[in-house]
Amino acid sequence: MIEIKDEPKGLRVKPINNGTVIDHIAGGQALNVLKILGIAGTTDATVSVVMNVESRKLCKKDIVKVEDRELLEREVNRIALIAPAASINIIRDGKVMEKRTVDLPDEIVGVVRCQNPNCISNTLEPIKSRMLVKTKNPVLLRCLYCEQPLTDRIAEYLI
Amino acid sequence: MFMKRHVLSMREFSRDEIDSVLDLAASLEPYARGRKSDMMAGKILALLFFEPSTRTRMSFETAMNRLGGSVINLGPAEGSSISKGESLADTVRVIGGYADALVIRHPKEGSARLASQFSPVPVLNAGDGAGHHPTQTLLDLYTIKKESHLENLSIALVGDLKYGRTVHSLAYALSLFGADITLVSPASLRMPDPIKADLSSKGTRVRETCDLGEVINNVDVLYMTRIQRERFPDPVEYKKVASSYRITPEFLAGARENLIVMHPLPRVDEIAPSVDETPHARYFQQSFYGVPVRMALLKMLIGNGA
Repeated sequence: MIEIKDEPKGLRVKPINNGTVIDHIAGGQALNVLKILGIAGTTDATVSVVMNVESRKLCKKDIVKVEDRELLEREVNRIALIAPAASINIIRDGKVMEKRTVDLPDEIVGVVRCQNPNCISNTLEPIKSRMLVKTKNPVLLRCLYCEQPLTDRIAEYLI
Repeated sequence: MFMKRHVLSMREFSRDEIDSVLDLAASLEPYARGRKSDMMAGKILALLFFEPSTRTRMSFETAMNRLGGSVINLGPAEGSSISKGESLADTVRVIGGYADALVIRHPKEGSARLASQFSPVPVLNAGDGAGHHPTQTLLDLYTIKKESHLENLSIALVGDLKYGRTVHSLAYALSLFGADITLVSPASLRMPDPIKADLSSKGTRVRETCDLGEVINNVDVLYMTRIQRERFPDPVEYKKVASSYRITPEFLAGARENLIVMHPLPRVDEIAPSVDETPHARYFQQSFYGVPVRMALLKMLIGNGA
C-alpha cells in the first residue's frame, strides 16, 4: 500500500474506499480538472473537492476525489494540460492500488478550443478542436487548423 | 522529390521540395507563355473562392486551361448551397466528387486544412484568412530565383509585416535558403515576435528598422507590401507612414544596379508608376510567374505520371 503523504487526514474530507484521488493539482484549478473530466454541473458521481490547502510540493494545492470511478489513462493525461504536477491515485478497498503521474499525449482532441476567433475550428463545421502538444512543461499547444499557439490561458479555453 | 497530397502551408515544404517545384515551373514556362499542351487533358480543377480574388483565381484558371485541362467554378457564395448554410466540409466532399483537385480561398484560418480532411481529391490553399498562401510564396521564390538569386540573398521586406500573410510565409521559406532578411515597417506594423523567433531559431539573420533609406542601397530584393489605411485609426498618421514607404525612381538612384523590386499586388501608392519603367521593376513578371508555378503544382498533384 502506498501512502498519500499530503492527505489532510480527517481534517476536511474523509478517505474514500473506491475510486480516484487526484492530488497535487495547482491551487485553484480543481474545478477546471472536473471540467476536463466531464464532471460539471449535474452529476451522479460522489465527488469531493478540496481547494487551496497547504502542500509541501506546491505552495497551495487542490485535491479532487471521485468515488467509484477509476480514471482511464487518456482522461488522466488530459489533466496535465492545467495540472502538470498532478498525481493520480487509484483506490480500491481503501488502499492506493496504483499511483500515476500525468503525461500529455502528442495531440489533444476535443478538449481545448482554439483562442483564434477566426479559426475554422470555432465554427459550426463537423469537426472537433485539435491541438498539437509542442512542449509539455510549460504546456504549449498549437492549433492543428490555424497554427495559433496557446500557452498561458489554457483553462479559459477548455470545452 | 515531391510526395505531397495537398498544398496547405509553406511550413510543410522542405528545401528539396521547393527546389523541385521551382525546377518543374521553369520547364513549364514555355507552356505558360502559350505553347500548346494536353498534359492535363481530361482533368478538372474546381475553384472554390469564398473571398474575392483576381490574380490567384485567374492564374490558376490560365495554368489549367493552357495545359489542356478544364476549370469549374463555385461562383459567388450568394445563391449557392453555401448561402443555404451548407458546411465547408460538405461542400468540399460534394465538389471533390466532380473534380480532380480543389483550389480554395476562404476567410477563416485553417479552412484549407479542414477541406483537406474531407476532400477526396488534393486541396490547394489559395489563402485562408490571415493564415497561409503557399502558392504566392512559391511564385515569389520563383521570381527571386529567376530575376535575382536565392543563394546568399539579401532582401528587405517592407510595409505591413504584422498582418501580411504573404511576408510571414515568404520569410519562413527564405529562412530555408539562409537569406539575410531586413524587416522594414512602421513600429505599429512590426513582424510578430513568434515569427521572428522562428526565423532566428533557423539561423537566419534578421534585422529590423523603420527607415527604408537605411537599407535601400544594400539589398538584392526589395519586397514591397501595401500598408492598409484601416490599420491606422488616425488618417494623418496613415498619410505620414504611407508616404515614408513610397518608392520612386529618385529613391532608387543609389540602389544596387541589379536590385529588383517585387510586390504581390495590388499596389496603391507604395510604388510610383514611374518605377515601372526602371530596370528594377519585376512585379508584373512576378504575377505572370504565378502561372508556371501553379502549373507545376497541378502537374505534381494530379498530372499523369508526375
